[in-house]
Amino acid sequence: MQLTKEEVQHIAKLARLKLKPEEVDKFSKQLSDILSHAKMLEEVDTSAVEPISQITGLKNILFEDKVKDCDYTDELLKQTPQKVQDHMIKVKNVF
Amino acid sequence: MSNVNIMIELTLAQAHKGLKEKKFSSVELTKAFLDRIEKTDGKLHSYITVTKDEALKNAEEADKKKDFSSPVTGVPMNLKDIICTAGIRTTACSKILENFVPPYDADVTTRLKKAGAVLLGKTNTDQFAMGSSTETSYFGVTKNPWDLTRVAGGSSGGPAASVAADQTVFAIGTDTGGSIRQPASLCSCVGLKVSYGRVPRYGVISYASSFDTIGPLTKTVEDAALVLNVIAGKSENDSTTPDMPVPDYTKVLKKDLKEVTIGIPKEYYGEGVEPETAEAIQNGIETMKKLGAKVIEVSLPMTKYAIPVYYLLVKSEASTNMARYDGIKYGHTSADPKELLDIYMNTRSEGFGDEVKRAIMLGTYALSAGYYDAFYLKAAKMRALMKQEFEDVFKTCDALITPTSPFPAFQIGEKMEDPLAMYAADIMTVTAGTCGLPGLSVPAGFSKAGLPIGMQILGNQYAEEKILRVGYAFEQATDWHTKKPNV
Repeated sequence: MQLTKEEVQHIAKLARLKLKPEEVDKFSKQLSDILSHAKMLEEVDTSAVEPISQITGLKNILFEDKVKDCDYTDELLKQTPQKVQDHMIKVKNVF
Repeated sequence: MSNVNIMIELTLAQAHKGLKEKKFSSVELTKAFLDRIEKTDGKLHSYITVTKDEALKNAEEADKKKDFSSPVTGVPMNLKDIICTAGIRTTACSKILENFVPPYDADVTTRLKKAGAVLLGKTNTDQFAMGSSTETSYFGVTKNPWDLTRVAGGSSGGPAASVAADQTVFAIGTDTGGSIRQPASLCSCVGLKVSYGRVPRYGVISYASSFDTIGPLTKTVEDAALVLNVIAGKSENDSTTPDMPVPDYTKVLKKDLKEVTIGIPKEYYGEGVEPETAEAIQNGIETMKKLGAKVIEVSLPMTKYAIPVYYLLVKSEASTNMARYDGIKYGHTSADPKELLDIYMNTRSEGFGDEVKRAIMLGTYALSAGYYDAFYLKAAKMRALMKQEFEDVFKTCDALITPTSPFPAFQIGEKMEDPLAMYAADIMTVTAGTCGLPGLSVPAGFSKAGLPIGMQILGNQYAEEKILRVGYAFEQATDWHTKKPNV
């Protein structure tokens, strides 16, 4: 399985990563190797198997729908490297 | 007791006894470790942040209260630098969180604090726990205390090296596919990966959310049980923690192995296992037989698919978890962006290391339209088959014994250019992550070159008591855990 540079660049865009040309080269080779290796899973017939996305079988964990105070909202806001205005983070224009 | 060398070698059980009997104070004990860190960490680089003032303050409080009812009260420990500590920098050993100071504690931090443990500092890990050697840490590799040219393993390399080199009494690490057990094996200490959900993940920086677990690295099996007593149990902050009672994990340790059946899964003893490692584990199995355990051969044929199933699922989950690092809410942000998209693209490219980018790329690919069925979904189905296979095997035995790592510590740099080789190094440990099983690594020998070899004991989900009991019996019958590196 061979990933082209264009495919690597497309995935990078989806993942919001700007890659240098040498990273594109490296990842297209490494990801191709890894995905080729993963092809071995095709040997196993899983047509009748239900996939699982968690492992302990817990479901519907409910708790009371109650408003709770958070005493560190200011502390959280202090974390931002962006400007803060009216207790909100001000971000750059989208366009 | 004033002999500092004796103090730093104490197990948790011994340190607790000494504090309770007033043989030494928590401040004296803490100072001995701070001194040890200062003298040795230039060589090892286990610690990212040493919290000297915080530690001495914690210790003074413990001495003042004089209530040593919890075994960790007044006892020095460290946390892997992926576990949030309010007011103390928590970096995930990445550039993107280099200066991140969390405003709240992880549940595990809260539980240890409440019990009065003394925080010595934050220890090294592969960046966002992605790696098996700590070589992907933004702050540089942790060296193996037994041979400074070799890795300490990973991702919890800092916690493991610090326990092995007596830079702490115990440490808390995380294990997604071997990150506690493999470094414990490579450094010669005890490492316990708990069943998924046994210890809450709240406040621990996520890697792969349906795999990540938190557990202790200690000098003995008894110590691991003592720490687990403090950190295990349901939390309202993590809905994946089951509502199951937390037993006293030390209660069953001293039971003999006469009614215990140990399975030897033949797939874990294949070609990739180095002969010296295989021999040490074989000797371990003989010891189990002498202790009265019944030993049977079992088979787990899905093991051959364990590595691709693991990395497809884990890297997919990682790619979504990493989406939160966008340069807006916290952490590093890039300079001079023109528009919002620049912030995302530039911040992430500057802030993530190579392995993190690779994980995001691989995961994004496996989850993307057109490839989801062939990769992510296929692996999720394989995960169901693997879990079923373990459930069936545990109907015939109580625990499984395997090597923890197919080989002892490798050279720094040896596997860095070959990600597949690095992934393959985790072959013994990934299955417990994929299937949510508990696993314990205990010291089981040394290679001719003097490198530690660890033995892994796997149990069924929530059967921590069984594997601790097996590990304890083995430890009582051998003296590998008493050997110390010369640092």
